[in-house]
Formats: sequence, C-alpha cells, structure tokens
Amino acid sequence: MTSRQRLIAILFASAGLLVLPLILQGFGNAWVRIADMALLFVLLALGLNIVVGYAGLLDLGFVAFFAIGAYMFGLMASPHLSENFPLFAAMFPQGLHTPLWLVIPLAALLAGALGILLGAPTLRLRGDYLAIVTLGFGEIIRVFLNNLDHPINLTNGPKGIGQIDSLKLFGLDLGKKLSLGDFELASVSLYYYLFLLLVVLSVLICHRLERSRIGRAWMAIREDEIAAKAMGINTRNMKLLAFGMGATFGGVSGAMFASFQSFISPESFSLMESVMIVAMVVLGGLGHLPGVILGAVMLAALPEVLRYVAGPLQAMTDGRLDASILRQLLIALAMISIMLLRPRGLWPAPELTSTQNGKG
Amino acid sequence: MDILLQQIINGLVLGSMYALVALGYTMVYGIIGLINFAHGEVLMVGALVSWSVIGILQGLGLPGWLVLLLSMLVACAVAALLNYSIEKVAYRPLRNAPRLAPLITAIGMSILLQTLAMIIWKPNYKAFPTLLPSTPIAVGGATITPTQVMILVLTGLSLSLLMWLVHATRLGRAMRATAENPKVAALMGVQPDKVISATFIIGAVLAAIAGVMWAANYGTAQHTMGFLPGLKAFTAAVFGGIGNLAGAVVGGILLGLIESIGAGYIGQLTGGILGSHYADIFAFVVLIAVLTLRPSGLLGERVADRA
Repeated sequence: MTSRQRLIAILFASAGLLVLPLILQGFGNAWVRIADMALLFVLLALGLNIVVGYAGLLDLGFVAFFAIGAYMFGLMASPHLSENFPLFAAMFPQGLHTPLWLVIPLAALLAGALGILLGAPTLRLRGDYLAIVTLGFGEIIRVFLNNLDHPINLTNGPKGIGQIDSLKLFGLDLGKKLSLGDFELASVSLYYYLFLLLVVLSVLICHRLERSRIGRAWMAIREDEIAAKAMGINTRNMKLLAFGMGATFGGVSGAMFASFQSFISPESFSLMESVMIVAMVVLGGLGHLPGVILGAVMLAALPEVLRYVAGPLQAMTDGRLDASILRQLLIALAMISIMLLRPRGLWPAPELTSTQNGKG
Repeated sequence: MDILLQQIINGLVLGSMYALVALGYTMVYGIIGLINFAHGEVLMVGALVSWSVIGILQGLGLPGWLVLLLSMLVACAVAALLNYSIEKVAYRPLRNAPRLAPLITAIGMSILLQTLAMIIWKPNYKAFPTLLPSTPIAVGGATITPTQVMILVLTGLSLSLLMWLVHATRLGRAMRATAENPKVAALMGVQPDKVISATFIIGAVLAAIAGVMWAANYGTAQHTMGFLPGLKAFTAAVFGGIGNLAGAVVGGILLGLIESIGAGYIGQLTGGILGSHYADIFAFVVLIAVLTLRPSGLLGERVADRA
C-alpha cells in the first residue's frame, strides 16, 4: 500500500468512525451503548496488550486495575462517602464531586502504582505461575470490594455504588443530550466521541511505544529473557514498567466506565471479564495493534448485537437457551475454534509468522 | 480446643478433596506444561452426572452406599471420556503452537463446559441427597460425619492406587519418562500421545471422585461449582511444587487446613474486622507468599531457567 492509499484509507476509516454514532442513534441509543462498550474494551485490550503482547507477561487479573479505576471514580464523584462518613459529610455536604481532570490522573497513578506493586513480587515467576498469581490478585480485589461494606462502609459491598457523576468536559455535561439547533446528540454519542478520542490517543501511544527503545526492550524480554538480560536490558525495571503502563490504561478505562454506567458493583469485575480481555488480545493477535483492536471489537460488540437478534430463540427452546447463555456459548466456541484454526490470532503481527518457531 | 480439632477435621476433609483435584493439574502440567483450566469443570460434570444417576437409581431400593458408589463409577467413566475428548480436540492440535494458544482453548473449554452444563442441567442449585447415615460420630470433643469419613477413606485409597500406578507399572514409568523428557522418552519406545491421553483419563477419574464427594459433603451441585475448587486445587499444586505428585497431596491438605483453621479464627484474630467471608482469599495469599519466597513450591526442585 502506498502512503497515498494508506492516507485515503485512514481518512475513510476516521470519517466512518465519526459518523457511526449518528447512524446508530437512529436505531436507538442501545446500539450506541454497544459501540461505547466496545471502545472501552478496546482501551482495556490495548492496556493488556502492553503487558501480554509486548512484554509477554500473562496477566489474568487485569480487571483488578479496571475495578480500581472505577471504584476510585465512584468514590470521588458520588454521594457515597458523604453519606457514610460524618467527616466527609461535614466537609462536602453535597457529596464529593471531584472534577474529571483530577480523577483521571489519580486513577491512572493509583492503578499504575498498584500494577508495579503487584508486579514486584511476581518478577521471578515464569509465565504460567504469573498467570495464576495475577488471577489470584484479581480475585482478592473482588473479595475485598464485596466485603468492605463493614465494619466501615467503603465500597457498599455487593450492592455497589450508584449516583456516580457523569463526566463534564469544558462545561459540557456528557450525561445530558446536546442540542445543536434541530439536531440532537444523545448522551451516549457524546461518550462515544470521548472514548474514541481516548482510543485514538492510546493507539498513538502504543504505536510509538512499540517502536521505541522501551518497546523493543519489552519484545526482547518476551522472546528470550536471558538473552535480553545479557544484552544489558534491565529486565526488572522493564517488566515493572510494562505492568505499570498496562495498569494505567486499565485504571483510566475503569474511571470512564464508572461515569458512563453511573453505577458500579463488584459483579462487573469478575474473573470472566479478565478472561475476556485476555481472549480479546490473544484472539486478535498478540502484540499487533490492529489485531488487538479487531479482537476487542469482535468479542465486545458481536455478542451484544446477538442479544438483540436472538430474542425468538428463547421461546423456541423453552427458555433453556436465552441470549446470555448463547452469548457465553459463542464466546467459548470462538475462543476454541479461532485458536485451533489460527493459533497466532486472527490478525497476527507480520514479522512473527515466518521467523518464530513457537517454543514454549 | 474443640473448635481447633473440629477445624482440623474439616480442613483435612477439604484438603483431601483439593489434593485429588490438584493431582490432575500437576500430572497434566508435568507432562505437557499446560494449566488445564477445564479441570475444575470435570469435577463439576462428575458431580452433576452422579446427581442424575442417583435420581434414576433411588427408586430401586438399593442401599445408600451402593447407590453412591454406582453413581460415582458412572461419573468417573463420563469424566474420563470427557477429559480424553477435550485433550484430543482442544489441546493436541496445539502441541507445538505458541504457549498462550492452548491456555486460551483451555479457558474456552472451561466456559463451554459450564455453559453446556447450564443448558443440560438448568442453572438452579440441585439438592444432593444424603445417602450415608447423617448422625455425626464424636471424636474427642469434635464430630465427623460418615460422609467425611468416606471422603478420607476414599482419598487414601485413590492415592495409594495412584502411587502404585505411577511407581510400579509400565504406564507409570512411561508417564514419568515423558514428564522428564518427551523426546527421549519417545526414542525409548514410549508413545507420548498415549501417555498424555492416559494422564488426562487418570486426572479426570480423580476429579470426578472429588466432585461427587464435594457434592455429597456440601449437599448441593450446580454448574459453577467447579470453578473455585479448581482454582484452589491449582494453587495447592503450585504450593506443593507443580509436577510433583507428593507435592500436590501435601499442598492440597495443607491448603485445606490453612483455609479451614484460618476461616475459624480470622474473626478473633482481627477483632471482628475481617470475617469468614475472607476464607476464599487465604488460598491466594498463600499462593503469592509461596511463589515469592520459594517459587518452585514446597517439594519442587529448584530448576534454573533454560535458555
């Protein structure tokens, strides 16, 4: 593809992405919501791709960082703390409503710090052990979220935190629809543009990282850690950096998720979500940005679309096969069959296909 | 004192079930280096199959222990067939694929089995009938139910059988050889594919036994019941040193004891701040601690990284 053709393709793609919510809006806001969630999952998958795809560290507890970002925003931008702690109530009688510009860096920082904290004890572990430890970490976070409603009510337990503020950007409230003359932009569409912007930013960051000294160091570690060390790469710092960077993405998407849903509960941060994010990255193509995006969009959006299409199926099978069961079934089948047919993912990185011989 | 003894008994019972499942993980990992994520689901299928079989047999007027035994045999057979097919369909074609590929199919298999079980058996909790006498036996201030006695006895029996199989038979020798070095084993006339299939079948039988006992002990069975025991059993396997059979047993029993005693005393120790809901995180805290301090597990050998 010449650079001119590529430019035209990019222009067409971006025009399509910009118009998409306007078209979907016509079919109902539920469809735009699906696109929003798909974008959030792209963001998460891009974050995990840094850890799993570039540095080759299998993280099965990634959703923990998503949860931390979400709860961070949930606590700092909802009436919850003021309702439960007299001290906060005295300071912020209206409830804590921290602005976006403060919460996002804080969420990124906190998640990143926790990523490094988790990474530190696991540095010596080989791939599969690391998977289980991170999985355990994810479960620990979830158990705490579920149980920290007593003795002090920090997370409100399984009931979750509600009434979370919508995002406000330059005086524009993304939670309300925007009227431009006759034309109305639904709140979900506004979120769509915000998420799209974040995804584009993240893709740029990841793309630059991939080619940078850091990115090359990560890939060297992925291919052969001992050789990388021998070449003078500080593997410890590089691995920690990968954990931290990946977790940062998770934290930011978590904050976005909390404000988008305006309600969070531990249920949204189960192991199944971690597994889904890993599946997105691996099914799409480990370490290859277009592949990761493809995997995320496919796994996030297609089953949701199915939910709307598969209504009659439930009646046909006496309720045994409803849409959510079918969704799970299809995800499982997709994971198995794609891996069997294309073990490197649907859209793998080109230089890996011929040179690497896939040794465990 | 009574509470401690009671928690030790409960811990031993829980631990022996973990040990049975952990053996399946450790054998598979030792030979093909794969975390068989679907192993917990084999336990679940075993429990649900035996629940169905009991439903059929109960009208025939057979004694309770015989019904339980027969249902366990059927469950083992189904689980063995299932695990054999899983390996053949989802893992074997990926023997030489990138490391993450079989792990993803394993996770996919786990979700698939759970979903299929939900479709076949419906998602509700099923009451698992009490087939053994339910009057507890007093043991020095604490009590133990006949079901728990059965669990301990059956675990002991299965373990001795497994030890005999691995250490005194041709198949066992082939398994050990393949675990050590598949290529050299193949040169010596061992057929790795057959050994791997046998490993999956043995693992499935142990998991099915554990599943039936789990359901009999807690009195319920459901399609999600396999996940947590599976995860903890893997923890137990890592705890003991993965790839090491004795390690899996020791790890399983220790983990059961830690969990049971920890859950019994955590309330007192933390002045009521942390309750027994936190029992589930003991396994993971232990895991993280062990892996940080001794990454090769309690009984595992220290192996240097190979370039």
